[in-house]
Amino acid sequence: MAAEALVELDNVRFARGSHPVLAGVDMHIPRGAIVALMGASGGGKTTMLNLMAGTLRPQSGQIRIAGQDLQKLSEDAMYALRRQMGMLFQHSALFTDLTAFENVAFPLRRHFRLPENLLRKLVMMKLEAVGLRGAAGLFPAELSGGMGRRIALARAVVMDPMLIFYDEPFTGLDPISVGIIASLIKRLNTALGATSVLVSHDVEETFSIADYGFILAGGKIIAEGSPADLRASDSALARQFLGGQPDGPVPFHYPARQDYAAALRDSHAAGEVL
Amino acid sequence: MAMLEFIPQLGRRALQTVPGLGAASRFLLSSLLSVFNRHFSFQQLFRQIYGFGVRSLILMVVAAFFTGMVLGFQGYYALVRFGATSALGTLIALSLLRELGPVLTALLFAGRAGSALTAEISSMKATEQLSAMEMMAVNPLAWVVAPRIWAGIISVPILCAIFDLVGIFGGYLISVPVLGVDGGTFWAQMQSNVTFSGDILTGLFKALCFGVVVTWIAAWKGYTARPTAEGVGNATTLSVVTASLTVLGLDFILTALLFS
Amino acid sequence: METRAIDWWVGIFVLLGIAALVVLALRVGNLSGFAYDSGYVLHADFTNVGSLKTRSPVKIGGVTIGEVTHIGMNPKTYMANVTMRIEPSIKLPIDTGASIYTQGLLGEQYIAIQPGGMPQNLKSGATITMTQGAVNIDQMIGQMVFSKAAGSSKSSGSQ
Repeated sequence: MAAEALVELDNVRFARGSHPVLAGVDMHIPRGAIVALMGASGGGKTTMLNLMAGTLRPQSGQIRIAGQDLQKLSEDAMYALRRQMGMLFQHSALFTDLTAFENVAFPLRRHFRLPENLLRKLVMMKLEAVGLRGAAGLFPAELSGGMGRRIALARAVVMDPMLIFYDEPFTGLDPISVGIIASLIKRLNTALGATSVLVSHDVEETFSIADYGFILAGGKIIAEGSPADLRASDSALARQFLGGQPDGPVPFHYPARQDYAAALRDSHAAGEVL
Repeated sequence: MAMLEFIPQLGRRALQTVPGLGAASRFLLSSLLSVFNRHFSFQQLFRQIYGFGVRSLILMVVAAFFTGMVLGFQGYYALVRFGATSALGTLIALSLLRELGPVLTALLFAGRAGSALTAEISSMKATEQLSAMEMMAVNPLAWVVAPRIWAGIISVPILCAIFDLVGIFGGYLISVPVLGVDGGTFWAQMQSNVTFSGDILTGLFKALCFGVVVTWIAAWKGYTARPTAEGVGNATTLSVVTASLTVLGLDFILTALLFS
Repeated sequence: METRAIDWWVGIFVLLGIAALVVLALRVGNLSGFAYDSGYVLHADFTNVGSLKTRSPVKIGGVTIGEVTHIGMNPKTYMANVTMRIEPSIKLPIDTGASIYTQGLLGEQYIAIQPGGMPQNLKSGATITMTQGAVNIDQMIGQMVFSKAAGSSKSSGSQ
């Protein structure tokens, strides 16, 4: 990776109570790239996003954004850095008491004192970019899932951030909406000259827009590379994940006390009627 | 064996209350102080005062009216035996100003506004709206919690003063036109036995303390709720119950301190 | 709801609260009472203060002119020492008397002032010398029973 890294993780460890989530993760995310973060559910992907956004602190290791160590930043400095980040939450996290327009305008109103017509132009511009300028006056309850996701996306990029996080942006959407979101992610990344980190399960859609991918399993990165590299990976776990195979290094059966045949024999012997 | 399990559980719960109280206190202090934060909005504050205060008015007025009338009846039947119905005005006024006004206002507020506050904050948490704010570099305590807590602190004493007045009026309506107590004596005795600083102000001070406590508990329960549908429901119920019990306990302490 | 409307309602709400407070203060309480803080101090010693309390009224002819500020005991004379504040516009001659009476039969006790006739007035900090302590009902009843018993035993001879 010749491009300079915007986000760097050095031997990051994170545990929830006694349960380890990340066991030494090294990562370099180059500027301008769309990077995918994949792995099994509960594997720590959302945790990684939170660590990168500074809402969680690692037990050990360093996280640097644009060269700044997150742990060393004061609360004010952290907030200043966050103004250059945007995040699309899994369920949109729109403010239910505000209209779509007001949702997108929210960061602008909170951080700047803009004249009303300038603010209006900026917000409408972002709404137009996601194709929902006509829905500006609707409330989140009146929007479909896909539309809500797009409004949340407009809100995430309204301040032209340099780093954008997407937490499962395709989950729960119909194929058309998925296609729309995917193309928006790609277009916005290019238009803003930003870096995007995408957490997703949808391998096909993700690979169609990502430049680079990381597969997280067992608290570590077990495979990384461009989509082509990953598909050709010799890691059995990576192949199982990418190929959607039901059984492999991640077993199909949740460990039970007894082998099923033995369990059947025992219950039959005990006289239970099957 | 299940019996023995419950003892260490109780111990664990008890040990958790102290750090829990510490965290809750830090929460309250941060919220109160975030009035000075850039992201505190007076517009939000006014909205919340409207939502909690103005919209609780009808409830308080009706409750106060009935409370005053009942006091009139009960007081009359108690005093008439001693030929002391001239003290009815004093009885109604002091009961309301010192105890019933602050306590009933606080309990009704906990049920109506406190539960709404908890439900609102906990569902904002469950739908990640609070996290979204954090990500947008807006302090959720300053934007969401502080206006609501301050609104409660401001609204409860105001509601209490109105409750007192309406209650006394309700008591008057029963005592004088209905039960035939002499109107002049009713007011005159009341006036000579009720002091501004001793009774009215201390009652309002109690209401202020209750306002802080009820909104604090409601906000905290909402903020720390589990982000599930069940969690929201639990938090809301717990908020009303805890706030009500705390008001009653605090009432005892304040009464002992202020009226000794 | 629109911001303007909300502001109006909140304003009305706060005004209602203040109005309620004012009405309570004036009509229900006795804020219209004067500030005794500007009054002057008088002392009086009583053999018995009964159930007199601080803030108990001091009256002349039934009209309140002051209040009791402190009740203590003089360890040398074993008399109850009462301090009171009197309205500054009321001047009392040096031969003024103070008695402790009860309002009605079971009411609260207060200090009744009987102004004297001497030309000089009591200054602030002076002591009223002519005092009458509170009447003790038990003692009265005891005396009555005793004198009745003594009276009947005299007339009917010894038992």
